[in-house]
Amino acid sequence: MKIKQSIGSRIATFVIYLFMILLCITTVYPFWQTLILSISSRAEAMGTGFHLWTTQPDFSAWLKIFESPVIVRACINTVIRTVGGTAFGMFISVTMAYPLAKKKFPNRKFYTALVIFTMMFNGGMIPTYILVKNLHLMDTLWALILPSAVSPFNLIIIKNFFTSIPESLEETAKIDGANDIYILWKVVLPLSMPVLATVTLWLMVGQWNSWFDAVMYTSDRSNMVLQLFLREIVITQTAMSDPTMMTNQANVVQPATESIQSAAMMFVTIPILIVYPFLQKYFAKGVMVGAIKG
Amino acid sequence: MSKSETALPEQAVVPNANKRAGRAVDPHKRSLLRQYLDNKYLVLLLLPGLIYFIIFKYVPMYGLLMSFQDYSVKLGVWGSEWVGLKHFEFLLTDPNFLMVLKNTIWISFLKILFGFPAPIILALIMNEIRAEKFKRLTQTLTYLPHFFSWVLIGGLITTILSPSTGIVNAIIKLFGGEPIYFLADKNWFVPILVITDIWKELGWGSIVYMAALAGLDSQVYEAAIMDGAGRWKQMLHITLPGIMPTVAVMLILRVGTVLDAGFDQIFNLYSPPVYDVSDIIDTYIYRMGLQNFKYSLSTAAGMFKSVIGLALVLLTNYLSNKFSGGEAGIW
Repeated sequence: MKIKQSIGSRIATFVIYLFMILLCITTVYPFWQTLILSISSRAEAMGTGFHLWTTQPDFSAWLKIFESPVIVRACINTVIRTVGGTAFGMFISVTMAYPLAKKKFPNRKFYTALVIFTMMFNGGMIPTYILVKNLHLMDTLWALILPSAVSPFNLIIIKNFFTSIPESLEETAKIDGANDIYILWKVVLPLSMPVLATVTLWLMVGQWNSWFDAVMYTSDRSNMVLQLFLREIVITQTAMSDPTMMTNQANVVQPATESIQSAAMMFVTIPILIVYPFLQKYFAKGVMVGAIKG
Repeated sequence: MSKSETALPEQAVVPNANKRAGRAVDPHKRSLLRQYLDNKYLVLLLLPGLIYFIIFKYVPMYGLLMSFQDYSVKLGVWGSEWVGLKHFEFLLTDPNFLMVLKNTIWISFLKILFGFPAPIILALIMNEIRAEKFKRLTQTLTYLPHFFSWVLIGGLITTILSPSTGIVNAIIKLFGGEPIYFLADKNWFVPILVITDIWKELGWGSIVYMAALAGLDSQVYEAAIMDGAGRWKQMLHITLPGIMPTVAVMLILRVGTVLDAGFDQIFNLYSPPVYDVSDIIDTYIYRMGLQNFKYSLSTAAGMFKSVIGLALVLLTNYLSNKFSGGEAGIW
């Protein structure tokens, strides 16, 4: 802008930048401190206050995490539930969204209402728990994958996107005698990549971060997922004294509890931190996709 | 979206197509079965989802019936004894549940009062930033906490607020104050809930307002600058009124979820010393149902929440449709 800024405007600019920098610091600092704490020596980690840097890097807390008897199992299970839950959720969402987007499909308003109603009303915690029990899914990874796999909200977003694709694009394939499943696969899905990418990312983050279903439905250590592992180290602090969670060597100097907790937090955070900068714009774009009325 | 809605209705198109094909079938007389058979591949696509929704969404709704029973695991919903509204009467006269209800509404109210305007203010501030790179960087950073679970964020908060090693208490001590055990202090726990909730969702929540701001007409601003309006006046008279419809719709939708006070957050932060101020409906359901095994009572509490939630969502959606002339709202 060519217009010369007044003094007041300059002060405003200064205050705005200062505020934003402070806000970013408060957002980043907790993560930075956690990283530093996880590689601090016992004496440093126990010290009060600012943990901006460490002069005596010590990776024993990380070793302790990696030595845990359940960590490999927890990683594998988390990947299984994330990939399996996302794949299953996307399959159900896409296949169901397509008929609901077709004007010619009989009673489609009824089926759409059936989906939308579950966004507003649900059976809640206990009836779902009893369902999982009755299906004999208790203490299996299926209990983590199936009940939460499909989000009606995401299904409707996909449906809305399908509806917005001009019918004429599908006509050519139809004249060639292709059936609806073929058209969905070959014509509609390639055109829907932006929305499918966004919803896939949402589902993956949701599965990765999901922890309460693990609290409710699993108890055996062989079904441990990372969020539950983290929870038992950081929140309930039951892991430290539990030999099935942590190796306990009495004769070695132990890293500080804070360091172990920090290492566990960083371990679970890092995968998201790595992909986040590259995928951030897709996440944000999805919010606007969702804002379109169906 | 609106484009496809204005397309010709199917009845108007199909008869012509049939005539051209030399068939004289009146679509209105086609039986429903016939219609399904004509779309058999679409039916095939619908089925997995339909089965999923029936099993995992509608069977639990049927399970809500147990709130009118003394449910026994052995007998199931079919065989358990019906007791009418016994559990609801118990809940509404139980001082414990009334406290839980009060906490839920109070925490939610505070989260709306302070947490709702926060992302709007952030969006307005970010809108004033001219340096694009700086703006993008701050956006990327402030969105970040949204992508982590409350287990992780709960861990971060516990570390930051620790009375012995946390940075907040280090600062308090630096200024000569006494360390505060924030997470075990009844006076501090609820403010901490509100503040950390804002911290986690502030950036992410601003996206929708940033989009509304981006949609405002730049010519209006140019005209205002010609007339000598400063930045403050521009914001007050152009920007704020411009995003008001978005604000109104978001507020109405937010009020619809007032009984969700934040289970994930509270469950990972609370402890017995602060139960009195932080026990909410969802934590009550969990403790009653899965720790004390009072399935029917717990389900009644869930039903209570679901029914009020449904009524609020229907009401607020009606209001937001009315307010925005049918442009917003979930359906």
